[in-house]
Amino acid sequence: MSTLIRKERDFHKLSKTWNVLFNLFAGIFAFLCVFPFIFVVIISFTDEGVLARDGYSLLPAKWSLGAYQYVFQSGDMLLRSYGVTILVTVLGTLISLLFISFYAYAISRKSFRYRNFFAFFAFFTMLFNGGLVPTYIIVTQFLGLKDTIWALIMPLAVNAFYIMILRTFYSTSVPDAIIESGKIDGAGEFRIFLTLVLPLSLPGLATIALFSTLGYWNDWFNALLYIDDPNLVPLQSMLMRIETSMQFIMQNSTNSSLSLEALRSMPQDTSRMAMVVLATGPIIFAYPFFQRYFIQGLTVGAVKE
Amino acid sequence: MIGGFIRNIIKDKVMLLMVLPGALWFLFFSYLPMVGTVIAFKEYRYSREGFWASIINSKWVGWDNFKFLFTTNDAYIITRNTLLYNAVFILVGLVLSVVMAIVLAEIANKKLAKVYQTGMFLPYFLSWVVVGYFAFSFLSSESGVLNQILSYFGAEPVNWYSEKKYWPVILVLVYLWKALGYNSVVYLAAIMGIDKSLYEAAMIDGAGKFQQIKNITLPMLSPIITIMTLLAIGKIFYADFGLFYQVPRNSGTLYSVTNVIDTYVYQGLKSTGEIGMSTAAGLYQSVVGFVLVITSNYIVRKFNKDSALF
Repeated sequence: MSTLIRKERDFHKLSKTWNVLFNLFAGIFAFLCVFPFIFVVIISFTDEGVLARDGYSLLPAKWSLGAYQYVFQSGDMLLRSYGVTILVTVLGTLISLLFISFYAYAISRKSFRYRNFFAFFAFFTMLFNGGLVPTYIIVTQFLGLKDTIWALIMPLAVNAFYIMILRTFYSTSVPDAIIESGKIDGAGEFRIFLTLVLPLSLPGLATIALFSTLGYWNDWFNALLYIDDPNLVPLQSMLMRIETSMQFIMQNSTNSSLSLEALRSMPQDTSRMAMVVLATGPIIFAYPFFQRYFIQGLTVGAVKE
Repeated sequence: MIGGFIRNIIKDKVMLLMVLPGALWFLFFSYLPMVGTVIAFKEYRYSREGFWASIINSKWVGWDNFKFLFTTNDAYIITRNTLLYNAVFILVGLVLSVVMAIVLAEIANKKLAKVYQTGMFLPYFLSWVVVGYFAFSFLSSESGVLNQILSYFGAEPVNWYSEKKYWPVILVLVYLWKALGYNSVVYLAAIMGIDKSLYEAAMIDGAGKFQQIKNITLPMLSPIITIMTLLAIGKIFYADFGLFYQVPRNSGTLYSVTNVIDTYVYQGLKSTGEIGMSTAAGLYQSVVGFVLVITSNYIVRKFNKDSALF
């Protein structure tokens, strides 16, 4: 009944024509956003011979599973990269959450004498940074992380912005009274944090965890900088490497029979697109569920303490 | 005095313990690199004896690295590219994401609007490597869709990855494609927060939908628009490395229109090996960036204290 009345009195309504136009505008853009992915999926199912003749097409003359067969038969590289990416993502997200949630909690507590110092210590890194070259030198020469899995994990572990978001979350969703009551019951600070604060701040933690998971899954930059060992190459970086070595061989293939052979053993167009699909697949399937949290995180991030 | 300090530390030991991992992280990954910028004033030589020895033993050259950087044409090109691309991204991005947010908010069928928004959000979840592949499926000179379309209309195919003149447009389009859905979320949330009775009052006064948008939605959005824009201006000296590295496939012939400070610094480190000059460029970026952030934050504070970064 009440919904009926609201519909009748909907003051917030467009005329029919404009509604159609608005729908077209948003719908077409949304379609364009999804289309390239669909297109790459189609290419990956195209027959290699047909592709060589006609180029990429939406309705290939002949479909084929050949690319996926190729990828899975010579799948050692892909599987290994999957392994690296999953390991880095899981471990990285856990470390990230641990570091960030502790840090943010400590600086959210008014009883912590040095909270302002540590808040500034984190915050200042958002304003000024040493730049790429000094960071590279520290990571490789001082910390000695080159060609280790930690070079993929540590540089992304902490982020001052996430600390700020989470601190706001703690101070708005965990009332001081709850912490006081824990103290009266004789719980120590760690216990209060684990049994009282964490359960209350799950949505905030989930947001940070998702941002962090996505960051690790999609990262290729740290691999580009720090990883030469082919056993430690994550998915995104593997896709890049195939592409660059293809280009390299193509450019130098005119006068060398050796590189022609190398070219033959490289994954073909369709197989590379199949790898793109396989590397993106998990994200594509998970993202409609993630989206809600991301939107929450975005809007929470805009609010300050 | 010292006794009191120690007592305080003991009193706060649990909190300090909680802060410790993160604080160490900041020390190693943020503050040591800040110290490392001293390389910009040195002729960096790697020493086997480790990091500190490398820094200390390298010869002090003062401002030479900066002089070299600014006498080459590079400094001008990378600064120009970084600023111009970001300015266009901010301007066009702002207009389109506000328009998109209003459009999404006005669509009568909320379920459909949600579907559109989900579609628009997808590019945000993809890595730049994957976006680079997507771009290639359109721009590849042999099999790409664009050249197929061109040849269908009888036009000459274009070698996209070596033709400079198209890249400013391509990069802007790819940026908008990836960022628009994400950027419009903030504005959409703000529109949803506007008091509905304002619209009701306007309607009773006989205002049409577009008058409502002009006189209620836009003015109500203007504080957040101002703030988002100022914050973006604060970051105008930083470019998205992925966009400028992956999408043009690091093609050397395109550098004059695709090279930004971030990619230049990377090349100095990894391929040309000009560590000192590359650090100088990085420091130039950090210092100007710092000044811009402080300034824009100061202005944001004037508009709206709550939205300022600090």
